[in-house]
Amino acid sequence: MTKTINLTLKVWRQNGPKDKGRFDTYHAENISTDMSFLEMLDVVNDQLTIDEKAPIAFDHDCREGICGMCGCVVNGRVHGAEKGTTLCQLHMRHFADGDTIAIEPFRAMAFKVIKDLAVDRSSLDKIIQAGGYVSVKTGGTQDANAILVSQDVADLAMDAAQCIGCGACVASCPNASAMLFTSAKVSQLALLPQGKPEAAKRALNMVRTMDALGFGNCTNETECEAECPKEISITNIARLNREYLKAGLFSTSM
Amino acid sequence: MNWITGTLGSSIGKKLMMAITGFSFCGFLAAHLAGNLTIYGGKDAFNGYAEHLHALGPLLTVAELVLLSLFLVHVITGLFLFLDNLKARPVRYAVNKTAGGRTFGSATMPYTGALILAFIIFHLLNFHFVDKTNTTIFTIVSDAFSNTGYVVVYIVAMVIAAIHVSHGFWSAFQTVGANQPKYMPLIRMVGTAFAVVVGIGFGFLPVYIFLLA
Repeated sequence: MTKTINLTLKVWRQNGPKDKGRFDTYHAENISTDMSFLEMLDVVNDQLTIDEKAPIAFDHDCREGICGMCGCVVNGRVHGAEKGTTLCQLHMRHFADGDTIAIEPFRAMAFKVIKDLAVDRSSLDKIIQAGGYVSVKTGGTQDANAILVSQDVADLAMDAAQCIGCGACVASCPNASAMLFTSAKVSQLALLPQGKPEAAKRALNMVRTMDALGFGNCTNETECEAECPKEISITNIARLNREYLKAGLFSTSM
Repeated sequence: MNWITGTLGSSIGKKLMMAITGFSFCGFLAAHLAGNLTIYGGKDAFNGYAEHLHALGPLLTVAELVLLSLFLVHVITGLFLFLDNLKARPVRYAVNKTAGGRTFGSATMPYTGALILAFIIFHLLNFHFVDKTNTTIFTIVSDAFSNTGYVVVYIVAMVIAAIHVSHGFWSAFQTVGANQPKYMPLIRMVGTAFAVVVGIGFGFLPVYIFLLA
């Protein structure tokens, strides 16, 4: 027999980017503790639909913790209070019967609320478009082992590449800074030989774009590292600082 | 020249200016504390230290101007960062909870900074911009610290400075890009130790003079 719990939800409802928004209270009843947080919201939405009320809009896609689409702030914690999990991987067994849960969207000037808990995080895409890629000429493929990469460096690049771009770093940062995201995207390429030719231009353009989009400044509060569902380290931010300053002060890139 | 303003004006550039000026203040605090410790050597040692310092003449004036410039850069950049960061989240969260990253020091940097600014003005009015004819610095200092109010203000100010340093020291290393798992724990430890030295080192001086008087 699965355990069920009853919850009171205080959910942020906002009709659009221009709407002021407010908290509405809902009751989630007979919620199985085996459910994920998003499944719990599905149950609430089913009831709202039956009652002919507008369901709560929230972002979700793979529900396997790898796509980076989901994410809300649950009781003041991004993706909930569990370490290293996305909201879809947060299970209701972490809540007790009778709990009141406040659910808010990610808040930042660069993340506009589309509706309720759904936010527009395309500003992160714009940072990627500014340089988060390598330019590869087509033609004959060279031997895979022609370029040597030590396992240590490959591991560091892979750690950075785990970033799913969910925006939790921005949402949890007291300054709404996107430094952890940008640093992960710069690091995964800057560490590898294939990323080095464009490293200077990449660092300059990605940071400039990040600044222009209205993200805050990093003040090393390290909240991002603590909330990141992929546990990306702030050593990547230090690497971005090095890459950016090196590019800005010593490279020929403008 | 565009590349200089472009680099320093960016978010990382502004942080770099905070870090470099911050490092300089750490150096200044260490030197200032070392000089002040001559108080424990007695009246003559302390007055002698002040005399030697002033014997530097124009060199001292240059040092003061450099310090003032660094100070202005730190305060003005800090103010810009503070306002920028407020603007970056126009709608605040209803429920705020830390994930364990923030420390008391990191969360209060702009506020401890503002208090330190107020204290430095107070401190300069007390001991720098005073009539020093027919008196010695030791007399001025011991007169001031025979007053309990002054002692309390100075102790509180030094605790605030220690809190500011507790985040500022390691944070400056992170900003210039010096963070890797091998030596970061050491930097963090040295930062905490330095904050304690600043707090206790400076903070005990007024107490000592108060007890002496």
